[in-house]
Amino acid sequence: MANSTTEKKVAQAESTGIMAVVAPAIGWFIPGAGHMIQKRWIRGGLLFLSIVSLFLLGLAMQGRIYKANGGDILDMLGFVGDVGAGGLYILTMANDWGQGAIAFATADYGTKFMIVAGLLNFIAVADAYHIAIGKKR
Amino acid sequence: MTITLNHFSAAVVFSLCASIVFGITHRDTTREMVRYGLYCFAMFLGGVFLAGWAMWLLRR
Repeated sequence: MANSTTEKKVAQAESTGIMAVVAPAIGWFIPGAGHMIQKRWIRGGLLFLSIVSLFLLGLAMQGRIYKANGGDILDMLGFVGDVGAGGLYILTMANDWGQGAIAFATADYGTKFMIVAGLLNFIAVADAYHIAIGKKR
Repeated sequence: MTITLNHFSAAVVFSLCASIVFGITHRDTTREMVRYGLYCFAMFLGGVFLAGWAMWLLRR
């Protein structure tokens, strides 16, 4: 009986450990998926909707996407923000989207939308991790 | 496809999306999440109006 309880606790700890790695990773790649994999469907869906819409609106507004660079500090920070969007960033780079020159004010808003979408996804990833380790319900 | 949002609608969309994420990630219970999300949205929009009026006053 005692052995069975200990085995259960060990198995639970192992699954928590795996989830603490998998949930943030999948949450980074697909916004909100870190919550969905832990059965927080509504939260995950809302996060997905918010982050993906913000990113896609940024693209549709002719915003610019930052590439990896070692130049200006603001460009580097822009890249860090964009990378937060995970799969969306990879998809955008793969299709060569978001490369146009900024010609009007709202295009600059688009660039900021995409950076903020990435940063918001970082927050969502941290939240998924907190749920996985049991710090948050 | 190109979308052209004006300054205000861009601010509203931004506020909405950011507030939803803040609400979900910064609070524990559903009720608190909704309340905090609404609070953030109101603060974002309040800030937009405040900044708008401040710029209008500075311009005069």
